[in-house]
Amino acid sequence: MFLLILKRLGLGFITIFLVSVIIFTGVEVLPGDACTAYLEREAKGELLEICREQLGLNTPAIERYLSWSYNALYGDLGYSLSGEKPINEIISVRVRNSLILAVTAILIGIPLAIILGIVTALWRDKFPDIFISTFAIFSMTIPEFISATILILVVAIWLNWLPGIVIVSSNSTVLELLPNIILPVIAISMVMTAHMLRMVRSNIIQVMSSDYVQMAKLKGVPYWKMVFIHVLPNGLLPAINIIALTIAWLLGGVVVTEVVFNYPGLGRLVIESISDRDLPVVQALALILALIYVGVNLIADLLTLVVNPRLRTLQIRK
Amino acid sequence: MVSQNQISKLKRVSEVLISIFSRPSGMIGFSIVILHIIIAIISPLIVPYDYKEFNSLIMLRPPSEEFIFGTDQLGRDVFTRTLMGGRVALLVTFFGTLIAVAWGGFVGIFCGLVGGRIDDIVMRVIDAFLAIPWILAMLLIVVILGTSTQVLIPALGFFYGKGIVRVARAATHDVIARDFIMAAKARGHSNFSIIWNELLPNVRDAIMVEGAMRWSWMLLAFSSLSFLGFGVSPPTPDWGLMISEGRGLMSFAYWSVIAPIVALSSLIIGINLSADAFAKALGIDRTQKAPV
Repeated sequence: MFLLILKRLGLGFITIFLVSVIIFTGVEVLPGDACTAYLEREAKGELLEICREQLGLNTPAIERYLSWSYNALYGDLGYSLSGEKPINEIISVRVRNSLILAVTAILIGIPLAIILGIVTALWRDKFPDIFISTFAIFSMTIPEFISATILILVVAIWLNWLPGIVIVSSNSTVLELLPNIILPVIAISMVMTAHMLRMVRSNIIQVMSSDYVQMAKLKGVPYWKMVFIHVLPNGLLPAINIIALTIAWLLGGVVVTEVVFNYPGLGRLVIESISDRDLPVVQALALILALIYVGVNLIADLLTLVVNPRLRTLQIRK
Repeated sequence: MVSQNQISKLKRVSEVLISIFSRPSGMIGFSIVILHIIIAIISPLIVPYDYKEFNSLIMLRPPSEEFIFGTDQLGRDVFTRTLMGGRVALLVTFFGTLIAVAWGGFVGIFCGLVGGRIDDIVMRVIDAFLAIPWILAMLLIVVILGTSTQVLIPALGFFYGKGIVRVARAATHDVIARDFIMAAKARGHSNFSIIWNELLPNVRDAIMVEGAMRWSWMLLAFSSLSFLGFGVSPPTPDWGLMISEGRGLMSFAYWSVIAPIVALSSLIIGINLSADAFAKALGIDRTQKAPV
C-alpha cells in the first residue's frame, strides 16, 4: 500500500517534470524572447543587449531552464514583463477567483450529477431518463462559449434577471465577486454535471445487471433496500476517478467561460498573457494548470485506494 | 473476381450501416452531418450574396425577405455567412482527425505490442501532454506558428491523437494475449507485419469510434479558438468568429449570433449522435471511457 502510494507520487512528479520541459521548450521556440516582446519597436542594438543582460537571457537555454525550475520548486515563479510585478502576486489573486468559481460549480455539480445519474439509471429508457439524457447530451456537446452566450442572451438580455457580464477588478473582495458568479457557475456546472451523470448512469446500470444484484433480487430483497445497500456503494465508487478527470478536463472549458463572462480568473489571465506575449506568466500558468490536473487525479487515485480495499493489492491501472 | 473475403467484408459494412440507420439517434445524427458536408461543399454556388461585401447602409437589419437571417454589424448577409461558416472548420477538423487517428492508432498499437521500456517512456510523455489543458497548448502553437490551415491541421491532429494512443493501446492489450498473435510471433513475422495484418483488423473498430469522438472535440477546439480571436482571420466566414463578433451587439441584434449558434451546435451534436450510434452498431461501450 505504502509502495503503491509512493509509486503513484513518483509518476505524478515525472509528469510535472515533463510538462515543465515541454512548456519551456514551447516558449523557447516562440519567435523573439521576453526582451523583444517587452521593448517592442525599440528592440535593437544596445537597449536589447542591456535588457537581455538584466534578465539573464544570454545564458544557454538549459541553464535558464534549471534556474527557472529550481526557483519554481521553491514557489518563486519570477517576474511578469508587463507589470514588473512578481508572478506569484498576480496569479494568487486569479487562483482565488477561479477557485471560488470552480468550488461553487463542483459543490452544485457533483450532488446533482449523482442524483440525476441514479434517477436515469433506475428509470432507464423511461421518460425521466430520456428527458435528462437528451438534455445532458446537448449541454456536454455544445461548446462552452455557445452555452454561455445563450445564457447571457436569455437570462441577462431577454429576461433581464442578472447582469450578463462581470464588471469587477481582479482584486475585489469575495463579497463583491459573489453576486457576479451566478451565470458563469451555471454555465460551468451544466457541462460538468452532464459529463458526470452519464458515467454515473452507466456505472449503476452495469452494477444493476451484475450477478450479485440479480441474486439479491431473487432472494426477495426489497427494491429500495437493494438499491441503497447493494447497488449504490459499488456503483458510485468509480465516480471518484470520473469526477477527477472531469474537473481536470474542464480546465480548458473554464478558460473560455471566463472570457465570455469577463470573469477575472486564471482563464482570462491565460488569454491576456498569451496576447501580450508575457512569456514568464505563460510558463507559470501552464505549470500551475498541470499541477492542478496531476494533483486532482492523484487525490482521486488515493481516495479510491482508501475506499476500495480490493485495489490495494492490485497493480495500479494504467 | 470478388473473393469470399471481400463479400464477408461488404456484408459486415452493410450490417453496420443498417444498424446505424435503424436507430433514431444514428439516423438524425448522420443526416445532420451529411447535410452539413453537402452545404459546405456547394455553398459558394448557392449563396445569395458575397460573404465579404460590406455595406454601411444596411447594417444590423433584422431578418426580412431580402435578408432571411438579417445582416451583421458591417451590413453583410448573415444567411450567406452562416452557410459558408463551416467550410474552414470542417476542412481543418476532418483532415486533423485523419492525422490524429493515423498517428495515434499506430503509436498506440505499437506500444501495446512491444511493451517494456519504450512503452513506459511513450506513455509518460503522453501523460504529460494530457496534463496540459488543450486550450493552452493550442494557443501556444497558434501564437508560434500562425493560424493558417497548414498549421492548424497538423497541430490539432497531433494534439488530439494522444487520447487515441491510449485507446489503441488498451484495445491492443485486449487481443495481444490471443493465440493468433503468438502464432504470428512464432512464425517470425516482423512487428510491422503483426500490426498491419493481425492487430489492426482487431482494434480498428475502437480506433474509428474514438476518432469520430475526437472529431467533435476538435471542432469544439477549433471554433473556440476562432471565438477567442486566435483562429481563422476575418473576413473569412466562420461560426466561432461570427458569434464573437455579434456577441457585443446581441442585446438588439440577436439574429447575427443565433444563426451561427444553431449551425455549429447542430453539427457538433450531429457528430456526437453519429459517433454514439456508430459505437453501438460496432458493439463498443464508450460511456465508461474518461473524457480526456
